[in-house]
Amino acid sequence: MSEPLLKLEGVHTHIGAYHILHGVDLQVAQGELTVLLGRNGAGKTTTLRTIMGLWQASQGTIHFEGTDIAARPTPEIAQSGIAYVPENMGIFSDLTVAENFILAARGSRRIEDMDAERLEWVFGLFPAMKRFWQHPAGLLSGGQKQMLAVARAIVEPRKLLLIDEPSKGLAPAIIQNMIVAFRELKRTDTTILLVEQNFNFARQLGDQVAVMDGGRVVHAGTMAALAEDEALQQSLLGLSLAAHQ
Amino acid sequence: MTTPSETVAVQAPEALPVVRTDRLPLLLVPALALLALPFVGSFSTWVTLTFAGLAMGMIIFIIASGLTLVFGLMDVLNFGHGVFITLGAFMATSVLGLMTAWTVSGSLLLNLVAVLAAMLVAMTVAGGVGVAYERLIIRPVYGQPLKQILITMGGMIVGEELIKVIWGPQARPLLLPTAFQGSILMGDAAVEKYRIIAVVLGLLVFAAMAWVLSRTKAGLLIRAGVQDREMVESLGYRIRRLFIGVFIVGSALAGLGGVMWGLYQQSVIPQLGSQVNVLLFIVIIIGGMGSVTGCFIGALLVGLLGNYTGFLAPKVALFSNILLMVIVLLWRPEGLYSLGKK
Ligand SMILES: Nc1ncnc2c1ncn2[C@@H]1O[C@H](COP(=O)(O)OP(=O)(O)OP(=O)(O)O)[C@@H](O)[C@H]1O
Ligand SMILES: [Mg+2]
Repeated sequence: MSEPLLKLEGVHTHIGAYHILHGVDLQVAQGELTVLLGRNGAGKTTTLRTIMGLWQASQGTIHFEGTDIAARPTPEIAQSGIAYVPENMGIFSDLTVAENFILAARGSRRIEDMDAERLEWVFGLFPAMKRFWQHPAGLLSGGQKQMLAVARAIVEPRKLLLIDEPSKGLAPAIIQNMIVAFRELKRTDTTILLVEQNFNFARQLGDQVAVMDGGRVVHAGTMAALAEDEALQQSLLGLSLAAHQ
Repeated sequence: MTTPSETVAVQAPEALPVVRTDRLPLLLVPALALLALPFVGSFSTWVTLTFAGLAMGMIIFIIASGLTLVFGLMDVLNFGHGVFITLGAFMATSVLGLMTAWTVSGSLLLNLVAVLAAMLVAMTVAGGVGVAYERLIIRPVYGQPLKQILITMGGMIVGEELIKVIWGPQARPLLLPTAFQGSILMGDAAVEKYRIIAVVLGLLVFAAMAWVLSRTKAGLLIRAGVQDREMVESLGYRIRRLFIGVFIVGSALAGLGGVMWGLYQQSVIPQLGSQVNVLLFIVIIIGGMGSVTGCFIGALLVGLLGNYTGFLAPKVALFSNILLMVIVLLWRPEGLYSLGKK
């Protein structure tokens, strides 16, 4: 197998006095969607934030395209081609949807400079964005905000997307919409690291899966294998697919 | 199990949210002015007081606008902001001192050139000192609120002493050029020309700021950064750079405000900045920390109230601003415009 696009080795993270990550090993292969599962408080969000440089790893390496980015400042990490959709979505509610887009598009100064074709593609995935284009983002519904957060991450091509629980608090119909969008994203060969609690959602999209617990990755393998192995699911996630549906 | 259809699931058409801008605080300014009218009694006195209040408010706005953005972006409370006011005002005394021949000449053009030159020099020097101030005083204590308060207050004291070293401890006159002296009669109310100029200038600065904040990418980034600076960084922008830019512009505007304040009072003292400081914080707290529009309204309210109470009940004037702040905060605990800061 070729070198993974992103590779964490022995990553420890402290938040203040708390030792949160205890040696995370994680690989994300080029062109695949890797799902990061794990119960509440397992350290999933902390892992994404550490990759983004929002928390500093106290130990270990984070290689992106072969270079260690662990000590780099966040803007530089973003500029190297990683987009981040945080758990709280990070919407600028004071700005319009269009203005949120323009800030995500680093290469453009104004809306007119943005790649029109790509914009149409994003609108195709998330039609609400076009409809609410000139509206303050703060007025969007929870689901629409989540779509805006994902749309912002893909408004320009990025090498890696880090997405934290995009299904959180969404109605089933919206989740379905989100799944369709992610399928389309996968078709474009985008590499994605997706944190997800909703196993049904995760199962439909994941190529690879890593399961975290207590600040470590306790299982890594293909999603297909985990989806078939109910005993493994039971032991890792404390739930079976059958019971979940 | 059903396979998900590859088309977007049919959903009830989402209702368009109603765009509702919060204009209520904007009404406070005319409301306060109207409220004062029956107390003042005489209409012409009221007009004079109102213009004085608006002029004062505009000057305070110009000074405080940078302060509120500096806090909004980086949670930096700069108690040394007043230094730039004093610095600007004293620079103006020097520049206009050199150009006395122009300021006393009857020519409007020469007067104008002299004042503009004074303002430009004051802004440049204040902005330049702002660069050093950010570097030496603000940067070492980022994210340490207590140290920040102490060291910026220290900066204020040291700055004031340095100003005394350069310009001396006494008051220095800052006379209005001939063309800007005197009053215009509006009905039977006398309104000083300079106050009208100050109002116009304040409106221009507010308009320019509103334009930058809503029409340029840097402005959008500032507003976004006030809300969620982590996200701005995660999108690949260096918030630190943005902050330095805002700090410099804020210092330059404080310098400009100092010139205007000095011309308003016709003299400048080294304690000018420290005297205005408290007022500035009252204004940005009333407006909602980080909000330029809020700062604008807050400044006008403070300016008007100061002039009305100064006329009606000078003893109350001392704490009328604090009272105003308390009332506003009882109504809106985060100030007139809360930015939903993370
Ligand atoms: N800012 C913080 N300060 C202190 N502890 C924190 C902070 N953020 C997270 N933690 C702790 O770190 C641990 C991991 O949190 P994290 O948010 O990474 O979990 P998670 O897997 O994303 O959980 P969830 O599924 O609930 O989002 C938790 O025990 C949490 O309490
Ligand atoms: Mg989380």
